[in-house]
Amino acid sequence: MNYAIETDRLTKTYGKNRGINELELKVEAGDFFGFIGPNGAGKSTTIRTLLGLISPTSGSAKVLGYDIVTEKEKILQNIGYLPSEINFYRGMKVKDIIKYSADLRKTDCSKKAGVLSERLGLDLNKKVDELSLGNRKKVGIVCAVQHSPKLLILDEPTSGLDPLMQREFFNILNEENKNGATIFFSSHILSEVQNYCKSAAFIKDGKIIIADKVEQLEETGAKKVTVKTESGTEEYLYKGDIKELLKDLSGKKPLDVTITEPSLEEIFMNYYE
Amino acid sequence: MTILKQEIKSQKLSITIWSLSIGLLIAACVLMYPEMKSEMGNVNEMFSAMGNFTAAFGMDKLNFGSILGFYAVEAGNILGIGGAFFAAITAVSALMKEEKERTAEFLMTHPVSRTKVVLEKLLSTFVIILILNIVVFLCSACSILIIGEETDWGIMVLFHLAALLMQFEIAGICFCISAFLTRSGIGIGIGIAAVMYFLNIIANISSSAKGLKYFTPFGYTEGADIINDRTLNIGYLIPGMVIMAAGVIVAFWNYNRKDIK
Repeated sequence: MNYAIETDRLTKTYGKNRGINELELKVEAGDFFGFIGPNGAGKSTTIRTLLGLISPTSGSAKVLGYDIVTEKEKILQNIGYLPSEINFYRGMKVKDIIKYSADLRKTDCSKKAGVLSERLGLDLNKKVDELSLGNRKKVGIVCAVQHSPKLLILDEPTSGLDPLMQREFFNILNEENKNGATIFFSSHILSEVQNYCKSAAFIKDGKIIIADKVEQLEETGAKKVTVKTESGTEEYLYKGDIKELLKDLSGKKPLDVTITEPSLEEIFMNYYE
Repeated sequence: MTILKQEIKSQKLSITIWSLSIGLLIAACVLMYPEMKSEMGNVNEMFSAMGNFTAAFGMDKLNFGSILGFYAVEAGNILGIGGAFFAAITAVSALMKEEKERTAEFLMTHPVSRTKVVLEKLLSTFVIILILNIVVFLCSACSILIIGEETDWGIMVLFHLAALLMQFEIAGICFCISAFLTRSGIGIGIGIAAVMYFLNIIANISSSAKGLKYFTPFGYTEGADIINDRTLNIGYLIPGMVIMAAGVIVAFWNYNRKDIK
């Protein structure tokens, strides 16, 4: 199997604080992968370790087949990255930032940068200091995508983008994915993952608790059960023998019962509760 | 050299303000010299009666009646303090500002090695300091030509070379500190430059503290020594350059292994 990202017991601790703990993550080349977890679960630590911004405490990882410690530059040559909180050099114009990013990659991507800026409605002559978070994100998207990288790593990319722009952004990602790029993005907005991703992984307390194809995750066999009794309404996910469930429900003397397929969000919540 | 160009471009305004402030202040002093020249005999007598105070600034060994003596004290102090502060601020900010202003994540996720980032930041710091010194020298030279005084240009160049090396040394120390900081260190930079300046004053006042001159870059910028010896004091210069090199090496070592915030 050809993996774009492959970690082996990857661990990062900050003194006594946990970052990620023996993380095992595999992302197939060409995948559109959602990395889901609540705040503080270790999503950004994973991404920052994969990018070489921070060194792993133990374990190892490969990105596009290159080691994250010894072959950092080769990895960075082939990726595009959009951080969750993006900041640029004060006083610079949008077009200068985009050009600076291309120059650092020693490539001329002015044509694609122009097209992307137009699609995102970006004013190239504005100073970056004057931009809102959403517009800063757009500059980040252009910088991350303009050189057509093999792997796009995006950390909570849609925060700050209005719904129209979010749609355009995912259109861009889909096009890149169709052209062969692997997309890896972290999010806590499950509908995004459900709508766009082929695969996903849930991270909790620095460990991957489940990773699979999105359709497999949705088909967990679990049912969302809502029972209305005289004492109130109870809602829970049930996984197991359906006869046992019905027996259990009849014992509760229900006034009303609904059994439905859970959404990814409900599956996700079940993992974290 | 993309990072180097970007650094110089982003500091255009700061370079212009500092260069012209120091350069024009020195030029203003030089332009006043013809008026003050006739009174310099009295000034020399006055200073000779002031004991340690004149020794502290190296004025006990200088002749104020000559343009070189006058220049060594006036320009020595303006360029000494101004240049040291500028070098300290520029160098201590060089690496630190990327993390402080949260642009490090942008820069370090481009295909540039940490070594290259440090190298280009270091070169840009030295180039920026060099630009300031060239502008200051041109301002000084023009002002001397305007007043029509005869001077020893060899000593003038030596004097400015010593100031340049002093700023490089302070920059080397502050650059090292910059590699460890993630928040503003401008106060630390200015503090280091000020301490170095005062160490030289202490060494000038007390003969038992002469050894301090090995630790302060102001030891080899002493105008009186340069005029009298017509050379830089290698004994003070070599330890200074070793300190600068050590600072740069530690900066490379630490920045290559640190976690970027």
